[in-house]
Amino acid sequence: MPMSLQELQNKPSVLRGDKVTKIFGYGVNKNTAVNEVNFNFRESEVVSIVGESGSGKTTLAKMVLGLIGVTQGDIYFRDAVRDISSHKKKKEYWKGIQAVFQDPFSSFNMFNRIDTLLLDCINLMGGKKLPKEEKVRLMTDACSFVNLKYEELTNKYPFELSGGQMQRLMIARIFLLKPKILIADEPTSMVDACSRATILDMLLKLRDEVNMTIIFITHDIGLAYYVSDTVYIMEHGQFVESGTAEDVILNPQAEYTKRLISDVPKIHEEWDLSTVAGL
Amino acid sequence: MFRQVKQAFSTPKFLIGFIIFTSVFLLAIIYPLISPFTPLQLVSRQSFTAPGRYVNIQDVVENRDRRYFLLNVEENRVADVLSVEDSLRMIDFLETHLDFPPGVLSVEDEPALIAAWNANYDPNQRIQGMTLAAHNENVRFNERLQVAISEEGVILAYFNEDGELVQDTANMFESRDFVNVNSIVNLVHLPLGTDNFGRDVLTQLLSAVMTSLRLGLIAGAVATTIGLSFGLISGYTGGFVDDAILFITNLFTVIPGFVLLILISNAMDPGARSVNTVAIVIGFTAWPWTCRSVRSQVLSLRNRDHVNLSKLSGHSMPRIILNDILPYVASYVVMALILQISTAILAEAQLSMLGLGPSTTDVATLGLMMNWAQMFSAWQAGAWWAFVPIILAIAAIAFSMNLMNTGLDQVFNPQLREG
Ligand SMILES: Nc1ncnc2c1ncn2[C@@H]1O[C@H](COP(=O)(O)OP(=O)(O)O)[C@@H](O)[C@H]1O
Ligand SMILES: [Mg+2]
Repeated sequence: MPMSLQELQNKPSVLRGDKVTKIFGYGVNKNTAVNEVNFNFRESEVVSIVGESGSGKTTLAKMVLGLIGVTQGDIYFRDAVRDISSHKKKKEYWKGIQAVFQDPFSSFNMFNRIDTLLLDCINLMGGKKLPKEEKVRLMTDACSFVNLKYEELTNKYPFELSGGQMQRLMIARIFLLKPKILIADEPTSMVDACSRATILDMLLKLRDEVNMTIIFITHDIGLAYYVSDTVYIMEHGQFVESGTAEDVILNPQAEYTKRLISDVPKIHEEWDLSTVAGL
Repeated sequence: MFRQVKQAFSTPKFLIGFIIFTSVFLLAIIYPLISPFTPLQLVSRQSFTAPGRYVNIQDVVENRDRRYFLLNVEENRVADVLSVEDSLRMIDFLETHLDFPPGVLSVEDEPALIAAWNANYDPNQRIQGMTLAAHNENVRFNERLQVAISEEGVILAYFNEDGELVQDTANMFESRDFVNVNSIVNLVHLPLGTDNFGRDVLTQLLSAVMTSLRLGLIAGAVATTIGLSFGLISGYTGGFVDDAILFITNLFTVIPGFVLLILISNAMDPGARSVNTVAIVIGFTAWPWTCRSVRSQVLSLRNRDHVNLSKLSGHSMPRIILNDILPYVASYVVMALILQISTAILAEAQLSMLGLGPSTTDVATLGLMMNWAQMFSAWQAGAWWAFVPIILAIAAIAFSMNLMNTGLDQVFNPQLREG
C-alpha cells in the first residue's frame, strides 16, 4: 500500500541526485539526454520515473547504476558522495544497487547456462566457498520465489526459455542479491501479458521482504499509479513534475503529464487495472 | 555451436567451398606419402620434362631378369671394331683429301676419329685425282664401318662373384632385342612432368600446397591474435587506449600493407627468410583490418544489457571481455581468420614472384614454384605444366576459402542472405 507523505519523509535517503546531467557527443552531435535532474529516493520507497521513449530514462538509470559516467552533477549514496572510482568500490556499490533491464532476450549471455547467472550472484554475495548442496538450495529457493522450478531449468541455455521466464529469472537474481535499491527499467514492456502481473507482484513482494527501494521506470503512467509511492515525470531529459502518485496523477500540473494521462483511457474514473497489468 | 556448424553445411556455398578445400587438403596430405619421390628430389636430368609415363633408359637394360650396368658407352663404342690399319687409312684420307690439319687426329682417339669421318666423308662425292679403285675401297670401308656402328648395340657389363665389373661379351643388345614392359622395375610416372630442375611437379606442388597452407595458418593466426586482442581492448575500454590503438591501425591502413611487406622482407637478411618468418611478417602486416572490424563489433556489444548485468555482478574487465564479448565475436573471428589465411597465401605468392619470399632450399611454396617457373622461362619453353597447375592450386584454395566464408556469412548474418 502506498505510504503517506509523512511516513516517507521520515525515512532515510538512500539515493540523492543533484543537477545530474548527461551529454552524449560533441559539437553538432551534442545531445543532452539528461538535463540537471534532482531527485531523492528513500528507503523502501517505490519510485516511478515516467516518460515517453527517448526522454532519457534509461540514461538516468545507467548513471545511477554507475554503468556510464555522469557529465555533471553529483549522486549521493546514503547521504555520502558516491565513490565508484575503482573496481573494488564499484563491486561494493553494486552489492547495494541492482537492476532488471527492459529486454530479457539481450540481458542474458546466451553462451552461458542459466546456473552461471545465479551462481555469479551467490559468489558476489560471498558464498563462493559454500558447499554445492547449499548453493543448489539457494538457487532452488530463488527460483521458487518467482514460480520457476530449478530442476527444470538447470543446465538449460537462455534461448530455451520464454521472455517471461527469463525476466522472472532476472528477479530470482535480485532475490539472491537482496540489494537496498533496485532499478527496474521497463521490466514488463517486452514480456507476454501473463507474465506481466506476476513480475510486478514479485517486485512488490521483494520490497516488503527486504525493505528495498524500487525505482520503477516505465512509459505507462497508469502502471506507475498502480505501483508507486512517488512519481517523477520526465520529458526531454528533465523532470517536469514530481510528487506522490496520488498528487501527480489525479491532480497533474504540467501539460506533458496531462497529455500522458489523457492517453490512458478512464484514468479519472475508477481505475481499470485489467488493462494495465493484465490482472 | 553444433547447430551453427550444421547450418553452415546446409548452405551450398559453404558446402562446395568445404569440399574443394578438403579435396585439395587431403590430396596434399596423401599424395606426398605415396609418391615415389620426395618433393625436391631431382628426378630427371632434363629440365621441363613433359607430363607422361617414362621408362628410365637404364631400366630398359636393368630389368628383373638380368642386372646389367652400362659402361662408359662413348669410349667403348665401335672402338674395338677398328683395326690400326683402318684408323691409319682414315687419317690419311681425311688429311690428304679433306684438308684436315695434320696431328689433330690420332690412332688412339678412336671416337674422335669416327666422329670426324662421319661428319666429313660423303660416299657420293668423287675426290679429284683419286683412282676409282681407291674410291670404291673407301665406299666399301664406310659401309663396313656403318654396319659395325649400327649393329654394335650397347656394351654391357655385370658384377662377377668378386664384385668386379666385367664386360659381358656374350650378350649384346641389338635392335631386335626386347624387354617385357611388365618386368621393368621402375616405370616413372610424371603426371605433371618436371620443372626446370627436373623435379616432379605434382609431388612438389602438393607439398607446396601443404607448406603454403601452413604459412597461411601461421600468418592468419598471428594477424588474428594481434587484431583480435587489440580490437577487443580498443572497443571495450574506449578512451585513450582506444585512440592510441586506432591511431596505429590507421597508420597501417594509410601505408598499404603490401608495400610494408615488401619493405620488411627487403630489410631482412635473405638467409633469415624462412617460411615461418615470412608467415609472421605477413601476419604482422595484415592484422589491422581484423582489429578494425572486431572493434566495431565490440563497440555495439559493450552496450548490451548482458554486459551491463555482468558488470553489476562484479566481474572484472578481462573476465567480461573473455566471457561476455569474445563468444559473440567468435563466429566473426573465424570468418576473418579464413580470409586472413587465403590472403596470406596470395601475399606469399606475390612476394615470392618478386624474389622476396622465403629463401629456402628445403621446401617449396606455391609462390616459390611460380618464381622458379618465371625465372627459368617456363612460359617461353612452352612448359605449361610448370605453372598452370600452380595457378590452379592457388585459385582453388582462395576460391574455396572465400566460398566457405560467404557461406558462414549467410549463417551468421541472416539479414544478408538475400543481399
Ligand atoms: N550511448 C549513447 N550515445 C549517444 N546517445 C545516446 C546513448 N544512449 C542514449 N542516447 C540518447 O539519449 C536519449 C535518451 O535515450 P534513453 O535514455 O534510452 O531514453 P528512454 O530510455 O527514455 O527511452 C536519446 O535521444 C538517445 O538517442
Ligand atoms: Mg529506455
